[in-house]
Amino acid sequence: MDWGFIFERTFSAMIGPEVMVYALAAVGLNVHFGYTGLMNFGQVGFMAAGAYGVGVSVFWLGWNFWVGVLFSFVYSAVLALLLGIPTLRLRADYLSLVTIAASESIRLLARSRVMQPITGGVEGVNQFAGPFYDLSPFELGKFYSFGPFKYLGRDVWVLLVGWTLLILVTLMVRALMKSPWGRTLRAIREDEDAARALGKNAYFYKMQSLMLGGMIGGLAGLLQVVQKASVQADTFNPVITFTIWTMLIVGGVGRIWSPIVGASIYWTLIVFVENTLRQLPDGTRASLERTIELSDFNIAMLRFILVGAGLLLLARFRPQGIFGSREEMALDRR
Amino acid sequence: MTADSAATDNAPVVTATNVVKTFGGLRAVDVEKLEIRRNKITALIGPNGAGKTTFFNLLTGFDQVDSGEITLDGQIITGRPPHQLAGMGMVRTFQLTKVLSKLSTIENMKLGALNQRGEKFWSALVPGSWTKQEREVEARADAILKRFNLTHMRDEYAGTMSGGQRKLLEMARALMTEPRVVMLDEPMAGVNPALAQSLLELIKALPAEGRTVIFVEHNMDVVQEISDWVVVMAEGRIIAEGTPAEIKSNKAVVDAYLGAHHGADLSQVELS
Repeated sequence: MDWGFIFERTFSAMIGPEVMVYALAAVGLNVHFGYTGLMNFGQVGFMAAGAYGVGVSVFWLGWNFWVGVLFSFVYSAVLALLLGIPTLRLRADYLSLVTIAASESIRLLARSRVMQPITGGVEGVNQFAGPFYDLSPFELGKFYSFGPFKYLGRDVWVLLVGWTLLILVTLMVRALMKSPWGRTLRAIREDEDAARALGKNAYFYKMQSLMLGGMIGGLAGLLQVVQKASVQADTFNPVITFTIWTMLIVGGVGRIWSPIVGASIYWTLIVFVENTLRQLPDGTRASLERTIELSDFNIAMLRFILVGAGLLLLARFRPQGIFGSREEMALDRR
Repeated sequence: MTADSAATDNAPVVTATNVVKTFGGLRAVDVEKLEIRRNKITALIGPNGAGKTTFFNLLTGFDQVDSGEITLDGQIITGRPPHQLAGMGMVRTFQLTKVLSKLSTIENMKLGALNQRGEKFWSALVPGSWTKQEREVEARADAILKRFNLTHMRDEYAGTMSGGQRKLLEMARALMTEPRVVMLDEPMAGVNPALAQSLLELIKALPAEGRTVIFVEHNMDVVQEISDWVVVMAEGRIIAEGTPAEIKSNKAVVDAYLGAHHGADLSQVELS
């Protein structure tokens, strides 16, 4: 069993590209659910919007990559507007229905044959992120080590830009939530009618929140496809949305740093369990294989099962998440 | 007293004309004419199902009329959403109190202030543009909290308050909007006698500050004690209006709608 290898993978996962992308998407979801009480079950749809915003503008429209980046912000904001207009005046459940349906529609439409000339269909869009990597001060194909962390040069560049953006966005959200604007969002989360009676246009604030969180989700999708250098429709499946929810809940809903910490803990556990299962000593492996064959597929499933068991323990012993306050949680039951 | 209300002291502050609201076949509200006098305390009473709360919702924009017209200071407000009415000086509280549990008491209060620069998205990002106003709002909130005897709860979650404290907070928060018309939906429900008296005093003090009070209440003792004018509703209609004394001696009203209290000595107010 090669513990050195397991730990290298695990450490690198801790702040790796997946964590950076998911944490960003979770920051957006935190704006929606944590601060405004919007039940968005389609955060992956906003990620897809951000991803295809750049992919489509480069692939189909032949625009410059950076113009595409701008377009992907606009596109995620427009998506939020479109989803919000019919639903935000209605009860909270309607938004969840519409967002989950919209995120699946986006994925299925993007991979359909009809859309192939525009989105690349199932093949998706590749080789559009060149201009981003041209700016890299790191050698793209070379490995770089920083203490226990080890990444390819191209990933170091993505991570540097991504984490900078993640921290900036988080600080921006923090500033917003400390302001009267954020107080109004939290008031709407607690009781929309009370906020309206006090002169707040709840619909308008919910729309702003949906757009802000959606654009942050779009940025996450954008960074994801830039890192992978390819836009694939099926990477934007509903499981991603629920993974992001899990990360947010692990960190603690409605807390500033919880998306980052939640994403990191969740993903680190996944990578640790996976690499450990792959590296089991022969004796343990043989005895385990009497119950379950340790194929790649089964290991991929097993890691979710084991992490799921861990989450159950968390839900039992720390339902408010890492940063959540038990006191606040108790107020819900009054 | 606010400047513009002083000028039109005799004109009614709120009027409702031919206001109708039906739910299916039920005529929940059918008010031909109602004028609310400025800087007075008007009670809206009637048996359960009389349409008081529905009428309240219509006046405050939480529900829309089928037909009819409502005015506030001579301006037609029919169909306006609640947040606009709050901006025009009409604020309400709720029968089931709506405190914002996971906000502290002081945050609940500060939310009530209107026209805050920091409530705009872009200004929110520039604290320098709103911190001064925020301090003013906070000072005003603290003053009102003091008056309502809630200062000790200032930094606690509002969700930890007792039922009576919640009623107090809701009214205090409503005053943060600097309203001309304060609409209280059953302000005394679930309030213990100790708090009830201070709540009554606080309500009684509002007209002197240039605020009109309209309240729905079941407790006749409360109605007798604090109202200047009583409006009786039944089956969606207004069946009587008058001073508390007139209403008390109005045999039809007493017989039909205050049956439970009939014969009881209404001056025997346990709260006072």
